[in-house]
Amino acid sequence: MKTFNGTSAAGSAVRALTVGLQDEVFAIQAESVREILDVVPITKVPNANPFVGGLINVRGRVVPLADLRVMFGMERRAANADTRIVVLEIDLDGEPTIAAILADKVHDVTDIETSSIEEAPKVGMRWRSEYVRGIGKRGEDFVIIPDMGRIFGAEGGRNAPVDLEERVDS
Amino acid sequence: MTTPDPAETFRQEARELLELLEQALLDLDQTPQDRDLVDSAFRALHTLKGSGAMFGFDEVAEFVHEFETAFDQVRKGTARIGSGLVAIALEAKDHIAQLVAGRGVKADGEPILQTLRRIVAAGSTAQAATTPQGAPADTAASTAAAWKIRFWLPSDALAFGTKPLLLLDEFREMGPCRVTALAERVPPLDEIDVEAAYLGWEVVLETDKPREAIEDVFVFVRDGMELAIEPLATAAETPAAAVTVAAPAVRAAEDTPESQDGAGLRAKTEKPSGAGDKANSSLRVPAERLDELMDRVGELVIAQARLSQIAAASADSTLKTVAEEIERLASGLRDTTMGIRMVPIGTLFGRFRRLVHDLSSELGKEVEFATTGEETELDKTVIERLADPLVHIIRNAVDHGLESPQRRGAAGKSGRGRVRLAAIQTGAEVAITISDDGAGLDVERIRAKAEEAGLIPADAKLADQELYQLIFHPGLSTAKEITSVSGRGVGMDVVKRTIEALRGVIEVSSRPGEGTTVTLRLPLTLAIIDGMLVRVDGGRYTIPLSVVEECVELPRSEMAATQGRNFLNIRGALIPYLRLRELFGATGPADAHPKVVIVSAGEKRVGLVVDQIIGNNQTVIKSLSKLHADIGTFSGATILGDGTVALILDVNHLVAFGQQFENRLRTQQMGRAA
Amino acid sequence: MSKTILTIDDSASVRQMVALTLSAAGYSVIEAGDGAEGYAKATSRPVHAVLTDLNMPVMNGLDFIRKYRTHPSSTGVPIVFLTTESDEKMKGEARAAGATGWIVKPFKQDQLLAVIKKVVGS
Repeated sequence: MKTFNGTSAAGSAVRALTVGLQDEVFAIQAESVREILDVVPITKVPNANPFVGGLINVRGRVVPLADLRVMFGMERRAANADTRIVVLEIDLDGEPTIAAILADKVHDVTDIETSSIEEAPKVGMRWRSEYVRGIGKRGEDFVIIPDMGRIFGAEGGRNAPVDLEERVDS
Repeated sequence: MTTPDPAETFRQEARELLELLEQALLDLDQTPQDRDLVDSAFRALHTLKGSGAMFGFDEVAEFVHEFETAFDQVRKGTARIGSGLVAIALEAKDHIAQLVAGRGVKADGEPILQTLRRIVAAGSTAQAATTPQGAPADTAASTAAAWKIRFWLPSDALAFGTKPLLLLDEFREMGPCRVTALAERVPPLDEIDVEAAYLGWEVVLETDKPREAIEDVFVFVRDGMELAIEPLATAAETPAAAVTVAAPAVRAAEDTPESQDGAGLRAKTEKPSGAGDKANSSLRVPAERLDELMDRVGELVIAQARLSQIAAASADSTLKTVAEEIERLASGLRDTTMGIRMVPIGTLFGRFRRLVHDLSSELGKEVEFATTGEETELDKTVIERLADPLVHIIRNAVDHGLESPQRRGAAGKSGRGRVRLAAIQTGAEVAITISDDGAGLDVERIRAKAEEAGLIPADAKLADQELYQLIFHPGLSTAKEITSVSGRGVGMDVVKRTIEALRGVIEVSSRPGEGTTVTLRLPLTLAIIDGMLVRVDGGRYTIPLSVVEECVELPRSEMAATQGRNFLNIRGALIPYLRLRELFGATGPADAHPKVVIVSAGEKRVGLVVDQIIGNNQTVIKSLSKLHADIGTFSGATILGDGTVALILDVNHLVAFGQQFENRLRTQQMGRAA
Repeated sequence: MSKTILTIDDSASVRQMVALTLSAAGYSVIEAGDGAEGYAKATSRPVHAVLTDLNMPVMNGLDFIRKYRTHPSSTGVPIVFLTTESDEKMKGEARAAGATGWIVKPFKQDQLLAVIKKVVGS
């Protein structure tokens, strides 16, 4: 387990933790990262939105576990040796909230040049653009900078309605 | 740790004192003769004055001083307490509260004081002049350059903590001096009382300080000591201007209790602690520290659960013994900690008496307000959050519930309306009822209003109970006239939401012409509960033990997932049940011997079918984050001994959800059949 | 070694003010909220002086002084009482009960220090 205290480097760079989800690399602002855990037992929350379908115990604290893959239309895979849980402090309607996300892999902490960050293109992207704050560059590769505030926000994943009908049918 | 701001401490303390004062005043309104109440009121004023001045709340101190002075006749027993006096004293109390808060002080206090003085004067049988504070210094300043000071301390002075050397040090600080011990009064050795003072001292002091400064050295010992101060040098024409004080110490009062009032009124001996005093003798701890403590205890309970689990799996008997011991200790600590958080609801009831008092005069309705069960305890968080809802309900009772005196008269009732506030603990919950003997809810009016607002279709067939529930609907007020007291239909919905957020329920019952009763049922605590751990599919869930009535096996006949009829026959009673596997979308194989946990959900009894009953455990409630705010079926989560998270079932919501779920199934089946 | 002063007052703000003032001057301060608690604390550890309010619930200051003075450990320990009365009778009673000195409330910090210095030294 590593803890990041999220100091951003001087100059115009954003310090970020890069994680892999499916084949994409996401950059999460290091400031918001509290810790990285190996996979722990996950408690399923019946009838919850699949985006936040689980709860985990982080040092005696019950923390919601979100899966960004749901928001980015990715396939959900079973955990393997590389899977990690990234505990974040996010701003939820003005209230700091601890939440965790699943990552298929945690790469490293890196500085992303602000100048390299571009706005998410409206076309050429299969994701909802409001969930992406920008696209940055890490070496030759693109990294996605997700907008956690929006993803976790009132308009985001947690309020996508649970379809009771669907459940009854199955 | 941060240093608390003394001014803030004072404010907090002042609020409590003012509350105490208000209670005493309201009680005096009922029992004007009670000396203890007068003393209690005075003690509150006194402390306010004392600490107010010390923390820079000069206005407070000044006003309280005037208040106290004007009120003094009451203490002396020469002025009578009537409702006029109580009313103006309450106003004065409000004024003090504003001064303490230090904001929005519109009016100056003088008119209040004038009224107070007038009432007191009118009601007093003897006009007593206020005694001027402090006697002026009588000695003319003499300015000798040198003094001869001889003194003998009272014989008990040493035992009582006076240190002659410190007195001599004070002279040394005033100027050069020569000190001689006067041993002539020291008795023979075998007669010496080791604690008594026998030595005298002679000090020849050169100083430019006046005589008063020398006398001041002895300020604490002058009564009962022998002191002679003679100017030396230039003091030829005033021979031996000695001040000799040899007054015996006042010992007469030693065996009688403290007497403060000059009037000598001592109707009864002071009780060591009244209700108010009890609050005062408590230790004040910041609320967040209590919360922290509760968190720690929660963690301990969780760790203990883990230990117990390890011990249970082990063959080591020593480990088992220690685990049991720790379990006992943790459980005791849990109860104690929860006990600390429990506050008697009486602390809350107090302020409602004032509310009713004010409402009564504002609305011109005479109200008798009775409270019972003040000693009933609830978690402090619950108490804090209950204040506003109760204000609202009581307001409604007085404003809407009670009729005007004329209408009461016409209906053959006493002109004096009654509002009763009662609290009682039953099992793990506390029921608070607010009842009035007014006209009762006007069912037709509610119906009309609800139709008008489009809440129910015209001519809808609704039971009275269902109609009553409509008063909790946002935007429905049945007051014929809108008064300044009750607003425009905002409130009851907020009340309901607040109570539900506390995991409580609210019920209304009413009888035309006889009155209305609102009942709030609240869990004792929000922090730790006893739970029953069950398994449904792969997940473990906790059911609050307080709602569990019994557990039975699911009869073989019910095993097949018949969707038509989910009823159990428990000793002749028909109990509907819900299959949690279905509600939770279970996918794994069902247990061969499912169990039914019969729970009480409001008035109903409902069975919950689970795969396995694991056992009872102490459940530390952790609330769910906003991300799960939409999930009503769980009131929170807890951490089990093995470190995993288990959800806590909210039985009422679960039953509602189950009904919704079944309704859908039903419509679906009907659709298929068609 | 710093001297220990016990302050007994039902007003937490007064205790706090006393504690802040005296500890800033190098005394160590212990607190009690009424006479009974004060008695328990005064007799369970060495104290160099006691500062007590008179008007308190549970056990008032006078009763505290009387009770404490019956305990052998109180010998020679100065007791200063706080009073809002400038009433001589009160002072007489407290003095007779065994008090060493008094402070009239409201007092300022330097007045408190002066009195404590007077009865216990620095």
